[in-house]
Amino acid sequence: MNSDPVAVQFESVTKCFSRLQALNNVSFEVKQGSFFGLLGPNGAGKSTLINAMSSLVVPDSGQIHVMGHDVQKNYRQARRALGLVPQELISDPFFSIRDLLIVQSGYFGLRGRAQLAWIDELLVRLALADKADALTAQLSGGMKRRVLIAMALVHKPAVLVLDEPTAGVDVDLRRTLWAFARELHTAGHTIILTTHYLEEAEALCDKVAIMQKGEIKALEKTQDLLARHPYRYLRVTLPETGSFNPQDLSPELAIRLAEREANALLFKIEKSLAMEQVLAWLQQDGLNIQDLTSRDASLEEVFLDLTGAQL
Amino acid sequence: MNWYGCWAFFKKEIARFYSVSVQTVFAPVVSTLLFLLIFGQVLDTRLDAFSGLSYSQFLIPGLVMMALLQNAFSNSSSSIIQSKMYGNLSFVLVSPISPLELYIAFVGAAIVRGLAVGMGVLLVGWVGFDLQWYSVGWVLLFAVLSAALMGGVGLIAGIVSEKYDHLAAFQNFFIMPLTFLSGVFYSIQSLPPFWQTLSMFNPFFYMVDGFRYGFYAQSDVSVYLSLFITLVFLVSVTVINLILLVKGVKIRH
Repeated sequence: MNSDPVAVQFESVTKCFSRLQALNNVSFEVKQGSFFGLLGPNGAGKSTLINAMSSLVVPDSGQIHVMGHDVQKNYRQARRALGLVPQELISDPFFSIRDLLIVQSGYFGLRGRAQLAWIDELLVRLALADKADALTAQLSGGMKRRVLIAMALVHKPAVLVLDEPTAGVDVDLRRTLWAFARELHTAGHTIILTTHYLEEAEALCDKVAIMQKGEIKALEKTQDLLARHPYRYLRVTLPETGSFNPQDLSPELAIRLAEREANALLFKIEKSLAMEQVLAWLQQDGLNIQDLTSRDASLEEVFLDLTGAQL
Repeated sequence: MNWYGCWAFFKKEIARFYSVSVQTVFAPVVSTLLFLLIFGQVLDTRLDAFSGLSYSQFLIPGLVMMALLQNAFSNSSSSIIQSKMYGNLSFVLVSPISPLELYIAFVGAAIVRGLAVGMGVLLVGWVGFDLQWYSVGWVLLFAVLSAALMGGVGLIAGIVSEKYDHLAAFQNFFIMPLTFLSGVFYSIQSLPPFWQTLSMFNPFFYMVDGFRYGFYAQSDVSVYLSLFITLVFLVSVTVINLILLVKGVKIRH
């Protein structure tokens, strides 16, 4: 049993929007210091759950605690412990980046030289220093995203929630944001990340929850989830597959064919099945094999198996 | 109380309207002065609203109050609807600012803008016409309470509106008629009995009448009745706002 202190605790959280059950009795906890991935297809309830944490959504029932503070009853302490980077690129057209950060600091009762120095540091760290006096309306999407991250960090929250932070950003910025998130995690922040990029979750998160239709479908350490998956993938490279007919495969291989590429076949093989047996089937079918590679399932493949849905 | 948070939000609201002050302060002053120019010049010698006063003298406090009421309403209503439309209302909703602190900041900023526009109109009236100052205390009291009341009404309108169209309807079909029919341009003593009675149900009438009393010590009804009615509406609007903000109606989901 893990006795690490809890950063965020969800207890039987339920929320309906008209007839839509957005959250159905969701209960789990996120340990302090973890890098937690919240995954799920569109409409799974991820954003509703995150917004309930920051009290932008009020649950119909259940409780949420952030660093031990009930987000409804002790909202001031809970909100001081939480920084939210929303999915939407929202901004305030009346203010410059620096002014927005000063205003946001003020909401948390923070002012003075030390706070101004922290704001300057955030501007530098997020590569916004040269745009500090620009109005947010003049910024690109990537810059607006970084402004939102800076705003979520002005009060140095213990828990940082990143709701699809890399959606629609270019590869360079995505890598910069990954590095920054890792750095924040190393500095002691608990990070909760929702993302559509499962390789992102696989690379960053030590634990993931997979949501579907308002419920938690899986909740495990990322490596355990991948290891527990009952399949591995075998990629068989052929000279070309243009004239290849899947019906030429033996039934044992045909039912395990997961994907057909330009010059390769991808088989989804049970881990319980001896590789020797698979190789014998391949040999028996007389395929002109150029190369063979075997790998474990990716988080995306685990996700698809669990939810049957595309991200 | 998170007083610094409240102060920060209040300052942000002031900065918001100040950054577009031509539109939010100077334009309403000019358009209100057009009323003074047109009605004052045309009717000055033809109408006698209060004894011993020219029509322009009578008109100026009414116009000041009309501008003040409309702009206090506009400030809070436009601020919150814009924040909802841009999505940036969430910046303050995720902060440790309480519903009461939000309300104080919104209404405080509405009072400042209402007073700024009212002062602009008043300054011109003071310079160009023979204004009398019976009691600065009554003038200030009604100015501040009325701006607070209309700031609160604007906040309700902004909260319940889901788009600019809803807010425009509220402004055009509710605020504007009640303002124009509140005795800004006439004394209700000059109206037929039916319309006099109807005017007594218009809360704006009491704000205008009490405010005008501060200048000329003359009013259509007792200044204490006006104060009482204004306070009752202010308290009611405050309670409604706090309920909406605590429940998060149309701002939290």
